[in-house]
Amino acid sequence: MTDRLTQLLATRDWLLADGATGTTLFNMGLQSGDSPELWNDQHPDRIAALYQGAVDAGSDIFLTNTFGGNASRLKLHDAEKRVGELNRIAAEIGRNVADKSGRDLVVAGSMGPTGEIMEPMGTLTFASAVEMFHEQAEGLKEGGVDVLWAETISAPDEYRAAAEGARLANMPWCGTMSFDTSGRTMMGVTSADMAKLIEKLDYKPIGYGANCGVGSSDLLRTVLGFSAQGPEQVIIAKGNAGIPKYVDGHIHYDGTPELMGEYAVMARDCGARIIGGCCGTTPKHLESMRAALENTPIGPRPTLEQISTTLGGFSSTSDGTDGNAPKARERSGRRRRT
Amino acid sequence: MADEEDIILSELEDEELTLQMHDDLYDGLKEEIEEAVNILLARGWTPYDVLTKALVAGMTIVGIDFRDGILFVPEVLLAANAMKGGMGILKPLLAETGAAPVGKMVIGTVKGDIHDIGKNLVAMMMEGAGFEVTDLGINNSVEKYLDALENEKADILGMSALLTTTMPYMKVVIDTLTEKNIRNDFIVLVGGAPLNEEFSKAIGADAYCRDAAVAVETAKEFMARKHNQAAPQ
Ligand code: B1M
Repeated sequence: MTDRLTQLLATRDWLLADGATGTTLFNMGLQSGDSPELWNDQHPDRIAALYQGAVDAGSDIFLTNTFGGNASRLKLHDAEKRVGELNRIAAEIGRNVADKSGRDLVVAGSMGPTGEIMEPMGTLTFASAVEMFHEQAEGLKEGGVDVLWAETISAPDEYRAAAEGARLANMPWCGTMSFDTSGRTMMGVTSADMAKLIEKLDYKPIGYGANCGVGSSDLLRTVLGFSAQGPEQVIIAKGNAGIPKYVDGHIHYDGTPELMGEYAVMARDCGARIIGGCCGTTPKHLESMRAALENTPIGPRPTLEQISTTLGGFSSTSDGTDGNAPKARERSGRRRRT
Repeated sequence: MADEEDIILSELEDEELTLQMHDDLYDGLKEEIEEAVNILLARGWTPYDVLTKALVAGMTIVGIDFRDGILFVPEVLLAANAMKGGMGILKPLLAETGAAPVGKMVIGTVKGDIHDIGKNLVAMMMEGAGFEVTDLGINNSVEKYLDALENEKADILGMSALLTTTMPYMKVVIDTLTEKNIRNDFIVLVGGAPLNEEFSKAIGADAYCRDAAVAVETAKEFMARKHNQAAPQ
């Protein structure tokens, strides 16, 4: 049986994904430093409202409130024993919202990074990363998600571990990385590197792409990098609604709904078929994105200049794929360990 | 694996050796850094000079190239690890040379936040500059900060946050200090990439520290002020 996401992609040119989870929950009273995942159990009504917001704004896909729902992240809140339960509940609430909507919606089970650094730089082994993703995947599956959705990953090995976790749970999956450091992930992965990483995976995702990061211009530069590789997979673009600013005791994102509408249209022109927001993206932004996608014909692939003129400048001159990245400094060169 | 002529660290003049150490930090070569630290000490360098001229200067270069998108996190972690190797040798010596500690600091990353690379650098530099540092690690609640401040009889509270979602927690900590009427017992310094001067003022901290070097300078300045105030008029 084909999964629901693949089915939907077969009938539609593009799909609208959802927006921010954290931003919305903070607005509902989540305290800085507290775990959003505990709310699945404590405030199911608020989690349902979070999903409903995206659904009512026109999202075809929404992500469960389980970004930090792996053992390593829940441990910060002494809840590492509750991985299965918290993920299952989040998925059940999502399933319920989707089934009630009367529309064909995809519930995607969010899996964020473990937050640990993998060997040899850090202490997390590949095997335990797989175990954590697998444990989370089983909870999400039990709660009824249609697809697993790894996001904000920065290390290639962690991405591979998420793939392996999905394979063990026998679930279709998508996976995005965050290109937040001079156009690359913080571990130095470029868009082209990611495309190659996907090619080599045994258990391939339905879609891959970029989420979060610094601004919508950077995100689209990354998407252009993916489409230049002509991937078989669907490309996903989930960018932030601008840049966070601290105003009067809370965090405000400076991207307007109009700007996110332009971003959505450009993302599609860049080659993305699944388009959504990330931090700071409210239902208002999503509505504007949906309307823009519906009312604008598909255009030619934009150039970097057109992107920066419309959406703002890039955070770095190079993203490491154009041969113009700054070079490491000269060392005496008499020894090097590779 | 470049096996062009191998370098014998002990044969390099002081200046060339420090430059080689900057390179070796850049390449994250821990054993070489440890060896070079021992060589400089044997040549009569003070531990403080080894720390500042070789290690800190080298880490500054790493920091600049990280900022400029030349190095990424794996390289920074390797460099920090090499620096830590050198610090392991220097730390006991620094403790011997300096008489009484310049001041006592409790430092930690705030609740919900697991970033600690920058905080660890600050802790290392503070120790290097003669402060006694209690490092609470990551994910610290108000209670943990307060307990440590009391148990250690600290002068300074240092808080680190790298996320816009966790930085407001610093205000929670400072407000609690104020509520308990102990805010003025401590110098509160804050740092982390998304912070700035304005934020630090808004939450009622004493100062924002852009980097580890600024943290050391600021801490020294506040300690000096504190002593002046305590001295009889
Ligand atoms: C007196 O007290 C003081 C004084 C001075 C102090 C001080 C305290 N603390 C710092 N200073 C100052 O002195 C230090 C030395 O000069 C300086 O410290 P810094 O920490 O600024 O500088 C360090 C030397 C080097 N810098 C760093 O170490 C941070 C680098 C980046 C790449 C980074 C890293 C490495 C990591 N991360 Co994260 N990470 C990013 C960062 C992006 C970037 N390019 O900066 C940032 C901070 N991360 C971010 C995010 C979103 C996240 N990260 C996460 C996880 C991680 C890793 C675990 C993978 C890893 C941390 C590993 C570790 N053990 O620390 C997650 C958070 C988990 C959590 N709950 O905390 C996660 C949420 C991602 C996720 N997908 O889950 C972004 C924050 C966005 C925002 N504004 O909120 C981010 C800016 C990347 C981005 N552009 O999107 C000064 O700030």
